[in-house]
Amino acid sequence: MNPRPSYAIGTGLFILLGFAALAYLATQTTSVANIHRGNSYLIKARFQNIGQLKERAPVKIAGVRIGDVQSIALEPQRMDALVVMSIDKRYNDIPDDSSAAIFTSGLLGDQYVGIEPGGSPTFLKNGDEMVLTQSAMSIENLIGKFLVNGGPKSSGTDAAPASATPPASGKP
Amino acid sequence: MSTNLRRHWMLQGIASIGECGLFFVAVLGAVPKSLRYWRELARQIWFVGAMSLVIVMTCGLFVGMVLALQLYYTLSIFGGTAALGTVVALSLFRELGPVVTALLVAGRAGTAVTAEIGLMRATDQLDAMSMMAVDPLAYVASPRFLAGLVAMPLLACVFNAMGIFGGHLVGVSWLGLDNGTFWGNMTSTVDLHKDVLDGLYKSVVFGGVVSLIAVFQGYTAPPTSEGVAYSTTRTVVFSSIVILAVDFVMTAFMT
Repeated sequence: MNPRPSYAIGTGLFILLGFAALAYLATQTTSVANIHRGNSYLIKARFQNIGQLKERAPVKIAGVRIGDVQSIALEPQRMDALVVMSIDKRYNDIPDDSSAAIFTSGLLGDQYVGIEPGGSPTFLKNGDEMVLTQSAMSIENLIGKFLVNGGPKSSGTDAAPASATPPASGKP
Repeated sequence: MSTNLRRHWMLQGIASIGECGLFFVAVLGAVPKSLRYWRELARQIWFVGAMSLVIVMTCGLFVGMVLALQLYYTLSIFGGTAALGTVVALSLFRELGPVVTALLVAGRAGTAVTAEIGLMRATDQLDAMSMMAVDPLAYVASPRFLAGLVAMPLLACVFNAMGIFGGHLVGVSWLGLDNGTFWGNMTSTVDLHKDVLDGLYKSVVFGGVVSLIAVFQGYTAPPTSEGVAYSTTRTVVFSSIVILAVDFVMTAFMT
């Protein structure tokens, strides 16, 4: 048995360092928590307009992330968007009369689903659907209404609720 | 007439691409046989990987630092400096880490491999090996090719880690960004599969490309001092071009 060549130690150290760097990148700089979510349940919500909401967008209650958007699909008959959200099992006591709305984080940030808890004593279960939803605010719609209505006097009051119902006419 | 046509530079270029492809197949075919020489493989990983660590770590640190400075300036125009950690991490993982590491390795290790094999060819060492029933493809070419394939992604990871460290140094310690904002925005946006692993796949491909070009140029170098010099230069030029072109194609497919 001849002695180990000296470069073997260098090679081993290099490979260990490389994998240590990979482990560091994978655990410290990424959202690994999203991938290792084993225990979660699904709830559904229908929106008339989801705006720029994307899959894997966060779902939040009171600003705390409790899950993410799993899939977005168009319901052909009703022509609205079916958003399936996967929620962490730890938060299994969301009242079933809670409402879901699509918000934008910051002025130009990504969109997320915010859940406003209701007061019902029964909780949402796997596969349940949230009935009360509010669509994404579209800045284009707001600006359009503002221009059509011709001034801040009327648009300031009706723009927000009108955007939730797309076929609404511009006039109050 | 026909010799003139055969000397046309375009046909020559196509012919050398074809030769390189055939050489690639031959090297791949010699890989099982070359595993017998695993000590040679370990020595090559040491040479390509461990010996490149210092330059890769230094460059990673500086790239991360300059990235943080430049992006801080750009982001401050839009009032989005909170996204500095995210932007530094994404540009490093997805683009700069694999590409700059590959360019560095092509310059540091690729040239050495070409010159070494070219001189082996010039001094008839490769022919001597075949006469001793040692396949030079399995003993010389394949270990160097595999070493590039293994070492490149590991080096890219080290580069990325140092880049993040450099970006943190400039962003948080120097420019006074909040530590929690820096890491929090980064961890919430950077994705393991789409960002870290896609960058890693890129650098595996770059490792294969760089070491294939280096070995091929050395193997086919004209056996003169001038020929070896030209081949070494060609290794750097071709590697750089192919890295950047392949990077564009892979990015287009991955995003």
